[in-house]
Order: sequence, then structure tokens, then C-alpha cells
Amino acid sequence: MIRRPATSAAAPGGLGRFLARRAGHGILVLWLVTTATFTLIHAAPGGPAVLADPKLTEVERRAIERRLGIDQPVPVQYVRWHANLARGDLGNSFLYQTAAFATVLDRLPNTLLLVGLALAASIALALPLGVYLAQRPGSWPDRLIGAVNFAALAIPTFWFGIVAILILAARWRLLPAGGMVTPGEASLLDRLRHLLLPVAVLALPLSAELIRFARSSVAAGLVAGHLAPARARGLVRRELLRRHVLRNALLPVLTAVGLQVPILVGGAAVTETVFAWPGLGRLGVEAALGRDYPLVMAIALVVATTVVIANLALDLVYGWADPRIRVRA
Amino acid sequence: MGGSSNPGPSVIRAAFPARALAGLGLLAAFAFLGPLAYPVDPAAIDLSNITAGASPAHPLGTDESGRDVLARLMHGGRVSLVVGVAAGLVALLVGTVIGGIATTGSGWVESVAGRLVDAAMALPAFFILLVTLTLFGGSTGALVLAIGATAWMGIARLVRAEALSLRERDWIVAARALGKSPLSVFARHILPHLVPTLAVAATVGVAHAVLTESALSFLGLGVQPPRPSWGNMLTGAQLNLAQAPWLAVYPGVAIVLTVLACNAVGETVRVRATALPRSTRRRDGP
Repeated sequence: MIRRPATSAAAPGGLGRFLARRAGHGILVLWLVTTATFTLIHAAPGGPAVLADPKLTEVERRAIERRLGIDQPVPVQYVRWHANLARGDLGNSFLYQTAAFATVLDRLPNTLLLVGLALAASIALALPLGVYLAQRPGSWPDRLIGAVNFAALAIPTFWFGIVAILILAARWRLLPAGGMVTPGEASLLDRLRHLLLPVAVLALPLSAELIRFARSSVAAGLVAGHLAPARARGLVRRELLRRHVLRNALLPVLTAVGLQVPILVGGAAVTETVFAWPGLGRLGVEAALGRDYPLVMAIALVVATTVVIANLALDLVYGWADPRIRVRA
Repeated sequence: MGGSSNPGPSVIRAAFPARALAGLGLLAAFAFLGPLAYPVDPAAIDLSNITAGASPAHPLGTDESGRDVLARLMHGGRVSLVVGVAAGLVALLVGTVIGGIATTGSGWVESVAGRLVDAAMALPAFFILLVTLTLFGGSTGALVLAIGATAWMGIARLVRAEALSLRERDWIVAARALGKSPLSVFARHILPHLVPTLAVAATVGVAHAVLTESALSFLGLGVQPPRPSWGNMLTGAQLNLAQAPWLAVYPGVAIVLTVLACNAVGETVRVRATALPRSTRRRDGP
């Protein structure tokens, strides 16, 4: 049911046009985020004045309001606010008393590491498994994985994390319960041990989703009409799978990955909190609990930008994998 | 779980919706009728009896403040289920309206609405929720609206895809030729055919909302203590994992059972709807 809009794949003009369209779509997404944020600030009880640190004195607050231009009409504020955003000025964090944007960028790599590994692990698991299961519909492995997927999608990420900590860290003491490194020990092995649980927890629902997509798109490819002539040409099964099934099956899976990225970063926020992982998501939760408005908004904007960039990167892969896009160039 | 693995309606499958619905009914009865049969105050703190195991006085033990876990599980279930169902319905309503606009407006309205749906789908919903709840606080109403407002996109897409494929069918073309307005065509001739789709979307929407509410409440951004919800019960549980691991088990199991039951109902409706002889139904996604 979920596909990238057919118009973009069938658009005339080839890869360049396709990517330009997708970049336009990305800009639309970012505009939606900034506009939604702007609207929320103005709709909030107390209005944009909430952006001024409540600990400041009246005089300082006035000065900040003037600097933020809150005395201006709303359309003027809207334009100005976007101009500030474009310069990377997202105000100062109340909690940390630092520039919100810089604080957010500091934490970004930790989250990218977690999300990137979870994504890579899920794809590496889902593709071969999807191919394998699609050729054996109704077999016991197919039923088993189907049931596991069904359950995996019903388990709250944070609860799975807690149970994993309870069993693997607290009870059996196999893995650390949280953090990025053991203080005083900075070996690669130690870092990997800290990564294992959060990545596994984050990858579980994602893998479940991707296995379903991979399986159903390979299954659809196996009964497609273009296989009969290929089989008649005498292609062996492996070659048939690789050249005529997997290639086609890749496209819906890529689409699914694109749709999962925004959900994945949300899952990262929860996972990071459970495992005390010093990333963007945990910072966002702390900022939200501490009513640190500039920081929360900086995080939302940086996350949205990252998701847009990730989707553009996926579009590049998409352009490579779908010959229909290149042929028209 | 993919449509093609279903060998048709078997006895097990036929019994499935009844079971899943019964499961949901039991969970609802537990949360809404349970406190009538078990009238224990979920907020009564007893610091002399914290993280106690199961006993006749406290069948599921007590939590880190000595409150009765069974009573909190019942009252927390009320909050979680109400927020989940209400937010799921908000998402369904918004999704249907916007999906409808994306198929019944004039050319450019359809195009703009379609683009907006695609763009909104790429938003990191969880972080939008963080912003919203920071600015508006975690009242039940704000929670319902915020979760609903970040979960309608999939439904809008579904409605749009189905409505677009229905639009070329004879009876719709006939209705349009008779000069009916796009709104009336959508409401009288398209919407009734979307009922199975919307039923599936509703169950998935409720499941999603229950999961989201529990995550937000766990993080301290959703339902605020001392009011219990399945999500915020787990906040205290994680802090006392070593002394009282069972505290982490009950609310988690309750959430999983609810989501499983919702998904199972949706899955059954979907399988039955696809089993109907409707050749145009697309089967390319899970």
C-alpha cells in the first residue's frame, strides 16, 4: 500500500529531475516543521515570551523580547525567525546556558551512530530473511518469523529495553546496563558491549517491519510475468533471483526504509533514555522535562533536517536501483 | 503476515477475531469494571510496605511508594485505553478528511493535499510531540490531540489510494455524471466502500496511540503522576529494577496484550476484506 508517489518515479527528465523534485519535497518538509514550530510557539499559553529564560529579570526579558522582535507583527516575526534559523541562531538553552544549535550538534554523532547501526543491522537481517521466507510461504520458518514479527511490533521499545537490562545486565551481568563506555576503560570491545543492547532494542521493530516488506515484495516478484521468459532462457535459480526478483524487490524495501527513518529517530529518543545514552533523543527528553524551549526546538529542527538528508541519500540509492528513473535521462 | 501467505479462511483464522475481540473486551473490563470488584485506592501510599511481593492484601504486590500494583494497573489501564482510543479516533477523523480532500478537490487542491500528506509523513513525529507537550503540558486533552495530530498521515494515504482506485468505477462515474457534488460523491459513494480499510486503520491507529502514550508517559511527558498510566508505572519500575523486577512486568504485559489484540483484530478484518472477490484491491504492502 505504501509506495513512493508514483509521479516522482515516472517523472520525465531522468535522475537529475527526480532528485530535484525530491529535494523540493525535502524543503517542503522542513518548511512544514518550521511553520508548525512557529505556530506552536505563538499558540502556546504565554506566547513567544516563553522563549525568554524565566530566570531573567524584567529588564533583561524586555531586551531579549526586543532582540527576538516579539513586539513586531506576526508576519514580520515569521520572516525574521526564519532568517535567524538560516543563520543557525536558535537561541540559547536555558538548562545549559549555551547556544542551543551548537549543543545539539555536539550530541548528534552519538545518535547517528546508534541509528545508523540499527538501520544497517535491520537491512542486513531483513533482506536475506525476506528472500528466504518468500520462497517458502506457509512453511514453519515463515510462520515462526511471522509470529515473532507480530509480537515485535506490539512490544514498546522502552519496555523491551527494560526487560533486556533486567535479564542481560542485572540478572546475568553479561552486558552493561547503560552509558557509552565504562569510565577508565576505553577499549573498542567495551564500546561495542555498550552498543549491543541499545542497537538491538532499536533494531527489533524496524527489522520486523522490513522483513515483512522484503518478504511480501520478493513474493510478489516471484510470480511476476517477466520471470517466465527469463526461466525459459535457462537462467539458474540463483541468477533468476538476483537479476529479476531481488532487484525489483529492493524498491519497496527502500521506500519502507525511508518511511521508517522518522519513526526510528523517535525510537532512538526512548532507547537513549532507557540506556542513558548521551544522544540527541535523551537531550530532547531532558530539555522537554526542563521546559527548555529553545533547546527542544533546536533538536526538533536538527532531527527533521537529518531525516530530510537521510531521505535524499535514500533517493540517490533509489535513482540507482530504479532504471526507469535513469533511462529517461 | 503478508497477504499472500494466507491460505484462506481456516477454522483457526475464523476463530481469531472472536478471540482477539474477547481479549480486548477482557482488558477493557479489567480496567473499567475491575475497580468495582477490587475497590482499593491506587493512590494510597504505605511507606512501611514498599516493593513488597504478592500477598493476600496486595495480589500483585506494592510499588516503590507502597501503593497497590493491581489497583494501579486497573486505574492506569483506564487512562491508557481512553487516551489510546481517543487519539486513534482523532487520527482516523483527520486522516479521512484530509485523504478525502486529496481526492475530491479541484486539481491543485488534490495536488497540494497529496504533497502535504507525503511531507507530513517524513516528519519526526516524536520530536514534534516533544515540542507540543513542552509548550502545552501533558494534560489528557493535549496528549490525545497531540498523538492524534501526529498519526493521521498513514490513514490519509490509505484513504487517498483507495479512493483514487474507486473513483474510476462505473457507479462513481455515474454519480458524477448526474451532477452530484464531489463532497456528496465522497460521502455517499466512496466512504461506504472504505469501511473495511478504515476499520483496519482504526485498530492500527489505536495500537499506535497506546504505544506512543506509554512511551511519552514513561519519559515523564505524558500522563503525570500521581495519576497512574501503564507507561508511567514503568518509570518507577526501571528505578527499582534490582529490588522489584516484577513491577516492570505487569504494565509492560498489559501494553503488549492491548497492542497485540488491536493488531489481531485489524489483521483479521484486513484478511477478510481482501478475501472478498474484489479484483482491484492492491496487495503490494503488508
